[in-house]
Parts: sequence; structure tokens; C-alpha cells
Amino acid sequence: MDLRKLKTLIELVETSGIAELEIQEGEERVRISRAVAHGQPMMMAPQGAMAPAAPPVAPHPGVAIPEPAPEPSGHVVKSPMVGTFYRSASPGAKAFVNVGDTVQSGDTLCIVEAMKLMNEIEADAAGTVKEILVENGQPVEFGQPLFVLE
Amino acid sequence: MPGERGKLFDKVLIANRGEIALRIQRACRELGIKTVVVHSEADRDAKYVALADESVCIGPAPSAQSYLNIPAIIAAAEVTDAQAIHPGYGFLSENADFAEKVERSGFVFIGPKPETIRLMGDKISAKLTMTKAGVPCVPGSEAALPDDPREIVKIARAVGYPVIIKAAGGGGGRGMRVVHTEAALLPAVNLTQSEAQAAFGNPSVYMERFLVAPRHIEIQVLADAHKNVVHLFDRDCSMQRRHQKIIEEAPAPGISPRVLARIADRAVEACRKIGYRGAGTFEFLYQGTDFFFIEMNTRVQVEHPVTEMITGLDIVQEQIRIAAGQKLRLRQREIAYRGHAIECRINAEDPFTFVPSPGRITAWHAPGGPGIRVDTHVYQNYFVPPNYDSMIGKVVAYGDTREQAIARMRVALSEMVVGGIKTNIPLHQELLADEKFLRGGTSIHYLEERLAQRAQAA
Repeated sequence: MDLRKLKTLIELVETSGIAELEIQEGEERVRISRAVAHGQPMMMAPQGAMAPAAPPVAPHPGVAIPEPAPEPSGHVVKSPMVGTFYRSASPGAKAFVNVGDTVQSGDTLCIVEAMKLMNEIEADAAGTVKEILVENGQPVEFGQPLFVLE
Repeated sequence: MPGERGKLFDKVLIANRGEIALRIQRACRELGIKTVVVHSEADRDAKYVALADESVCIGPAPSAQSYLNIPAIIAAAEVTDAQAIHPGYGFLSENADFAEKVERSGFVFIGPKPETIRLMGDKISAKLTMTKAGVPCVPGSEAALPDDPREIVKIARAVGYPVIIKAAGGGGGRGMRVVHTEAALLPAVNLTQSEAQAAFGNPSVYMERFLVAPRHIEIQVLADAHKNVVHLFDRDCSMQRRHQKIIEEAPAPGISPRVLARIADRAVEACRKIGYRGAGTFEFLYQGTDFFFIEMNTRVQVEHPVTEMITGLDIVQEQIRIAAGQKLRLRQREIAYRGHAIECRINAEDPFTFVPSPGRITAWHAPGGPGIRVDTHVYQNYFVPPNYDSMIGKVVAYGDTREQAIARMRVALSEMVVGGIKTNIPLHQELLADEKFLRGGTSIHYLEERLAQRAQAA
């Protein structure tokens, strides 16, 4: 898609008042979204907790904003604290749980390490581990979704 | 630990919220320092969170689980590899344990040493230190009140009524009670002690003479880690309600600059004696022609902008430079002030009942023009959370004279629009037209007396 075409599309979105425009031409696809209403300068929310936040863009529609992660269905276990996520009790040891495992309420799912202390994070419900949302060694923040149980 | 390529730090973690978080962030960004902002769930949509290089949610809305949560904040510094932590004001900024833990965890605490915070945090030891350093203090009990009631009565007689009972672990207007007669003394002491235990975990109280109509005058200091100390002149913060400042100005009107310079020099000397490091403020009560030290704040203050406007200095940046080990770049004789600055604290509250007014700001228009500075984190459609104090911003007006600063402030406040919530702008507008305020030099009781008169007239 050449720049001139893109420019025309951007102007189209700006002047028409439509919220979003997605065009597919063969292999190429472009999606253009307008800034949020109320004239607020567009802030791009950080993707993950630790991902650097993009600097705020001037109130022009951005180009090809990636799709936000879909809300997981099932019971989401969130991190109760800030720290580093580990799948196992020590490096090289077996992971506490894997996808497909059945867990009871109170079972240890992972470790979140902060200030040199290892905190065992327990399942707050029973179920099967459907998804593990965080990678081993990744920093996590308070409230960050870690596991999906169903 | 200074950063690479002459940068002061690579990354600073801002352990605060609201307008001061944005203020610190601006100072960092101007210096090329990356910022990490920690926030509670209630502050996810804060402007400075979106502007930060990294942000970490450290807890739910309640302060105890977020902005006062020491392990969460230090963990956030660890996972983001920050080098230094700026505590802002309030919250953990004067918590010596926090400062200690920050340093022990390998980070630079942007502020004084933990032992200095501890020394000044205990109001009794602070006074003793100041007395030894030649700074005049309010006459009082010189130590914590003893248990023996007869001794307490004797001390009060020596100090002279009216007296004020203050919590040693308090400060900032909290944990105080005035006593006018001997009959009311012992019950007041007991009550203040239990309140102190509940609020500060320390039942120690001391006694001072209660000054009837003093002004609140404070001196701003800056001290580096190389024994250089300067003062940045004075501020008058007498316009207060329940010990909370509403309007502040610099310099203090109607006091001879030579008298002010003398007390400022004493404050600087005291800093040298105690090995102070960082930005700090000496608070005094001024009555007649005398200054009386009440407490020292070992952090940046809310009202720092008025000093910045008259001196042209950036106090938050100076804090960062000092913490990075730099020497002060100016000597006292190179520091001057010009003109007059006034600050109005804008609170989300009913202007006359003071009932808090959290909620969504549906319309926002900030003032501008020559000599106007607005320090605020709010924006149109921002939701003011109910969980924290009500201050949503500060409007600062600078002029060549006090009259011009006041005139500019009047114009600025008349332009300001805050829709969807109530603010104290109408109160500020009344005060900026108040004859006694215009003359200058009103005492710390003036606002409350005026509000009482207003309530009676209604």
C-alpha cells in the first residue's frame, strides 16, 4: 500500500467521523482507529504491565494499532503482588503446574519473587489450568492475570 | 549511582501520585532520565502513568496497600531496574524506615539520610537539635511530658497558658490540642496521648506555649552531600484551615529582608551542623518580631513552586542532582529573588462546607498567560478518585509586585473551568478580594475566624 493511499485513508477517517476503518488488499491489511471521544489526547496503554508505554500521540488517528488481548474466559488467577514470576521453586526444578493439570484450591501455582523473598502463589479456586499468561522470569505487577483455570 | 554518559541517573522510580508525580516526572524527563511510575488500581488512567517509560501497578486503591506499601514499591524498583526512588511529599517521603530499606536494597533515596529523617520526624528531638544549633524554638516542655500529673501541671505553669499539647510523632498539623485553663489540662493530655498512640504508634506528647496570632513563615534550604548549604529565602503559608495550607506566597510580605536573612542563615547553619542533605524546609511561627521553630520537613513541599518562581531555580531537579552526588552549582551570594509569587491550592471540595467532591471532571479549562503556572495532573474527563486527598492542582501567579501577582491570580481563577465536581475556587476568589489578605500579614487563625464569621452571617 503506497503512502499516498495511506494518507488519503487517514484523512478519510479524520474527516468522516467513523471510528475505525479496516482495508484488506490482497496480502496487505491496514486498520486505522480514531482517538477516543471527548478530545482527549490519545494515550496508548502499555501492552503488558512491563512493556514501555508508547509516548502519547498527537490527536491524529494512529495506523495499525495491534488488537488488544481478548479477555480470558474462565477463572483468572491474578498476582497479589509486584515481583518476578517463576514457574518452579528453583531454576531447573519441575514447574508447579502445566497446562492441562487439575488443581485444588490452595495448590501452589507459581512463585512471585520480590526483595529476595519467594512467595508461593496459591490457586484461589479449583479447576484445570487452561492457560498460563506469563513467561518464566517475567516481571509482574499487582493484579496482573497469571493463570486461567476452568 | 550516577548514570552513564554524564546523566544523573538512567532511571528514577516515582513513588507518589497526583500532581507531584507529574512534577517529578517532568523534572526527570527534562534531564533525560527515564521514569517508572508506581500506581494503585485507582490511578491507572493518570496522565503521568501514560507518559512514564514504565508503570507498575502496586496495589488496590487504599493507600496502605499501595502508596504506603514499602515491599511493593521496592519490588517495583527491582523489577524495573530503577536506580533511584523519589518519594514526593506525604506518603512515605518522611518515613525513615522506607528510606533505610530503599538504601539497603541498593537504590538511591532522593532525600536526606534515614537517620536525619528520623531525627526530624520526632518533633521533640528535632526541637532539641535546633535549640543546640542556635535556632530559636517555641518555649515548652523541652522533652516528652512525664507521667506524673503534678509535674505536668508544673510544666504548664512555667510555659504559661494557653499551651498546646503536641504528639512527638505527629506533625503537619496532626495530633495537637490547645489548652486554655489548668482545669482542662490533664484530660487534654490524656486524650492527645491516646490519639497519638492510635495515629502514630507513639503516645509521647510534649507541650509548647500556644502563640495567639502568629504567622507561618518557612525557609527553604538545599544541601548537597559535600557540606554545601544554601537557602532559597522564605515563604508565608499563614492562610490555613485545620492546619492545612490553602494559599502560600513568596517572599513573606511585610517582614524586613534583613530579619528574614538572619533566620535563614540560622537555618543554613543548623543544616551544616546536622549534616543535612537534600531539599528541606524549616517551619517557624512568627509573632511580634520573633521567630519560633516548630518543625522541619525533610522533603519537597507542596508549595515549592512559589520559591521556584521568584528564584528561577528548579527545586526537584536540585534534589535529583544532590542525590546523584553533584555539588550545589550556586553559592548563596549568587542566589537572588525577584518579584512575588502566590499559589492557590485547588481542592476537589465544596468551597464552604469542605465536603470532598470526587468524581469525573466533565469540563476542564486551565488558565494561562504571563506569570501563570498550573501544576496539575488532571485533564478533561479525568476521574478524581475518592481514596486520596482532595488537592487536584495548584495555580501559581507571579508578578513584579505582590499586587500584580494577586491581580494575575484573580484573572486566572476567573478563567478557570472545572465542571463535574466542586472546587474551592470560589473560596480563593473571596480571599483574593479580602481586605486583610490584600494588606498582607494575616495570622494562621485568620481564615478559620473569617469562615466562622461567614457561617454566622449566613
